[in-house]
Amino acid sequence: MPASARIKGRPASPGYAEGRIHLARDPGDSDYVPASSAEGEIEALQTAISVAISGLQTLVERAEGDAVDILEFQLAMLADDTFFEVASAKIGEGAQADIAWRYALDEEIAGYLASDDEYFKARSADLTDIRDRVLGALTGAGETVIPAGSIYIGDDLTPSAFLSHDWRGGGIALRRGSATSHVAMLARAAGVPAIVGIGAAGGAEGLEDGVSALLDSEQGVLIAEPDAKERAEFQAAYERYLKTIRDADRNAVQPALTADGERVEIFVNIADPSEVDAIDVATVDGVGLMRTEFLFGGDRGLPDEDDQYAAYRKVLEWADGKPVIIRTADIGGDKPIEGYSVEEDNSFLGMRGIRLSLRRPAVFRQQIRALLRSAPSGRLKVMLPMVSVPDEIDRAIALFEEEARLLETEGVEHAIPEIGIMVEVPSVAVQPARFARAAFFSIGSNDLTQYVLAVSRDNADLSELADPADPSVLALIENVVAVARAQNREVSLCGDAASDTRLVPLLLQTGLRKLSVAASRIGMVKEVVRQWRKAEPAPGLRHTA
Amino acid sequence: MNGEATEEVIITHKVGLHARPSVKFTKLAKTFPCVIEIATSPDGPWIDAKSIVKVMAARAPEGTRLLMRANGEASLEALAALKGLVERDFDEAHSDASLG
Repeated sequence: MPASARIKGRPASPGYAEGRIHLARDPGDSDYVPASSAEGEIEALQTAISVAISGLQTLVERAEGDAVDILEFQLAMLADDTFFEVASAKIGEGAQADIAWRYALDEEIAGYLASDDEYFKARSADLTDIRDRVLGALTGAGETVIPAGSIYIGDDLTPSAFLSHDWRGGGIALRRGSATSHVAMLARAAGVPAIVGIGAAGGAEGLEDGVSALLDSEQGVLIAEPDAKERAEFQAAYERYLKTIRDADRNAVQPALTADGERVEIFVNIADPSEVDAIDVATVDGVGLMRTEFLFGGDRGLPDEDDQYAAYRKVLEWADGKPVIIRTADIGGDKPIEGYSVEEDNSFLGMRGIRLSLRRPAVFRQQIRALLRSAPSGRLKVMLPMVSVPDEIDRAIALFEEEARLLETEGVEHAIPEIGIMVEVPSVAVQPARFARAAFFSIGSNDLTQYVLAVSRDNADLSELADPADPSVLALIENVVAVARAQNREVSLCGDAASDTRLVPLLLQTGLRKLSVAASRIGMVKEVVRQWRKAEPAPGLRHTA
Repeated sequence: MNGEATEEVIITHKVGLHARPSVKFTKLAKTFPCVIEIATSPDGPWIDAKSIVKVMAARAPEGTRLLMRANGEASLEALAALKGLVERDFDEAHSDASLG
């Protein structure tokens, strides 16, 4: 084995851990003592299932939040007789209880793993969990003990195995796994660093049990048997991270100034008006993106004008004079609504955002009236999604003006807000100057990335290609910022990239000074801004931090 | 009332009939004495709405037209209750993006 091995994975839960590697053992390698008859086997299986159920019930009592839901799901699956019936039939054909149970579950697990749907694929870990709990009860092997503070290496980790271990000081690196799996959710909630997908490169093959290792789940890397230099770098990165977290909480209400003293405005993204109740308005410069798709979901059907008015007004009043950018409905693409959006093969390139709004003027006009009526309650700005030609802005503005005139004649209080656009279609990012009627630009980095790199956002297998830090994407962002600045127009970025502390320095380097982030990332992003200094044009002339 | 009943509903929940919704759906189904079956196509297969293993295996994502039929005591009430649960997105918040 070489002096040290760096194994790349994908971050699933942020943080750092240092410890000894604990390689997972296959719980299936058991020494089950068969009963003397088929009836005996069935009875042994029944008993084992009961033991597994009561073990899960004990865990449920100790668990909180998402963990309860996950365990309740496993309990329901285990209490269902379907698996028992399949296994009993197998025992009837002469199989031992452990083989029969394994057969019943493995068949189901294979079906889940073969699914194209990431969500269903991820549930295979819950089935493995159920399988191993019963096998453990059959053989009396019980749970494997993971020593405290170790870095667990396995194909995947079952939720109940996660929940039965104290992870303080330790971490997790999985060969398979996914960031959407239950265990990734649990790890994030518990603050346990975790990376997934380390098996992809084959680099995890030579790992040995018990050797020391470093887990950096900010970068998504596991270093086995690190040398002194790697240890020192890890320690420095870890301390920076800890300091950032501490400072982030303490300084969230302070404005974000770069190390050069430049002010960066940090806005918040919200998807539902109720979210603002949990956000201190003093920590942000306003709302950079309020989605309105929530109005179209659920049992409400198409939204009613007064419901919309109440939702917009609530957020404007909360913002207390700070700007609030509300985006008109961005339905279609990955956000279809039954009875409104259009079913199509390539929905991301199809009838979505402003395209759909302009084709369904009755629904769009309702949203426009609610926006016009709420505008006097604060500093409202309206943003149009998926604009690809200037004509779409003209047509939308014409509708705003028409509805304003109608409200005027009806004597209803209203105001016409600033109307800007999302920059997410390459046609806009390449020549932003053509879109001069837009009062402001907000870059949607998720969609811009998928369109520039031609990678569908919902294909997990291509997720590595969909990199917002791709030089072509960054060059387009830089272009939009430069044009906006030359035309004295505001420009911000509201995609996931703004919430990603690794990408924030790159975004600041493009010239962006307004970022709209997830509520949970406000403090962290501000802290990254504070540590950032503009790159020197001529390196070596002055020292950089 | 006794007898046969049929009903259908569109799944609007973002991740479909997944783990948590399936738990709620099958728990509710089990509170009724009648036989309840669901399918995603009129040709079947019709599966037992009280078995979470089978309901999960049906893999009904968002946008699925879920067909339901019941036979026996309280069949109408059972289907109305299940339809309501699906329409209310299984009483889950819309913004549950962490599972999606």
